[in-house]
Amino acid sequence: MLSVAEIEHLTVQYPDVKALDDVSFTVEKGDFLGIIGPNGAGKSTLFAAMLGLNTKYKGIIRFFGQDIRKSKDYLKEIGYVPQKPIFEKNFPATVNDVVKMSLRQESNVDKIDEILQQLWIHELSQKRIGELSGGQQQRVFIAKALVNSPKILILDEPVTGIDQQSIELFYSILRELNAKQKITIIWSSHDLDAVNQLANHVACLNRTLFFHGESDAFFENDELVKQYSEASMQEHMHNH
Amino acid sequence: MQRALISGVAIAILCSVIGLFLVLRRYSLFGDAIAHSSFGGIALGLMAGVYPLWTAYGVSLASGLIITKIKEKYDISGDAAIAVLLSSGIAVGLVIVGISGGFTIDIFSFLFGSILLVSVNETILILSLTGIILIVVLLLYRQLLYSTFNEEQAKVSGIPVEKINYLIVFMAGLTVVTSIQLVGVLLISALFVIPNVTAIMYGKGFKPTAILSISFSIFSVVTGIFISYIFNITPAGTIVLLSIGLFGATMAIKSMGLLSKN
Repeated sequence: MLSVAEIEHLTVQYPDVKALDDVSFTVEKGDFLGIIGPNGAGKSTLFAAMLGLNTKYKGIIRFFGQDIRKSKDYLKEIGYVPQKPIFEKNFPATVNDVVKMSLRQESNVDKIDEILQQLWIHELSQKRIGELSGGQQQRVFIAKALVNSPKILILDEPVTGIDQQSIELFYSILRELNAKQKITIIWSSHDLDAVNQLANHVACLNRTLFFHGESDAFFENDELVKQYSEASMQEHMHNH
Repeated sequence: MQRALISGVAIAILCSVIGLFLVLRRYSLFGDAIAHSSFGGIALGLMAGVYPLWTAYGVSLASGLIITKIKEKYDISGDAAIAVLLSSGIAVGLVIVGISGGFTIDIFSFLFGSILLVSVNETILILSLTGIILIVVLLLYRQLLYSTFNEEQAKVSGIPVEKINYLIVFMAGLTVVTSIQLVGVLLISALFVIPNVTAIMYGKGFKPTAILSISFSIFSVVTGIFISYIFNITPAGTIVLLSIGLFGATMAIKSMGLLSKN
């Protein structure tokens, strides 16, 4: 199998805390990788480093064999869906405007309609983004991520604050993108059940990586699941 | 009069376009701050016997870029940075005016605008700068819009967001000083903010909003110049009051539920 992403000894030190400590794993072409971990486990920090948003890290991150410190070209092959789309509520941009912002080549404008139809938001194309529900906005951000036909889709806890019906639709879209369009998906989530259903690989993170491997190997190992659940519960209690 | 109208329309277009990016970045008062800092530059020019707008361009651009750098480096909030810039410019200007023994008449034309007195050379300068800035905006439209919408997403798309931020500050500095002749230092931010806030209320996409804003701005400037010419009153105040009138009318229409959402 061909590795599309390699993370080697990644360490991110913030002034008061080590957010990631010697994390190493690889992502193969066509993987659906679920990254799980409690709040503060370093999932968003990992993505920030992978996406070039934080360059103050130790270790090596490679996409398609290239060290991302040496070239930003890999970003052309990546679609990114943030945890919660942040924008000015009254921003005067329609769904069509928002998706078009991501389009690298003006000549591919027909692709926008195609993607909006695929994500069932075609009828909303002339609505302002701020008028849509959380679930609809999240689908617009997937459309943005897909409009340049990426090879990898990175999603940072993308269903936070979205209703259950939209979540189900969202998951079915992800499944189809991975299965039919062969897009490699790297997805962080709190939802163990969803990861169990969708992902074929799991990375379990809590500042260090304490598991990386096939999804079944994780979910069939009661001890690992228990460890993860305890760590999550401790973090939850700590935060409340 | 002809020159005033031509210059006025060019400035109206420029302020609407640059102002829309500033308003959406929550930088509504940035134009005001740069205008006030340019007051220091104008006073400096008058004292040194140099054409005051040249020194105003220098001081405004430098202030805008410095304050952006300070904001980035020291994590100062946008409104605090603007307040520092705003008061510094006026303070420097007042000290220079005091040292020089005062040049009241000249200063007043810059404080309140003097579009009806605009010269041929000034008209050429206004048209040239408007042309250059609009071409830059058209060429970098996607980058400007995307980094205004969401900086993080724009960065992931490979857009050099920091450079674009500096470019916007630079273009805003040029626009403010260029527009001082129309409405003066004290009312400049009205042209940046009011037509855009009015247009945003119509609930349209980005390009229709920009076109609406430009239309409101041109209407206010052209009508304002005619009214001030006919009734011999100050153009700056008339233009801004007309803008506020359009804003009030739009709010009234909206509160009556007559603005449909797409």
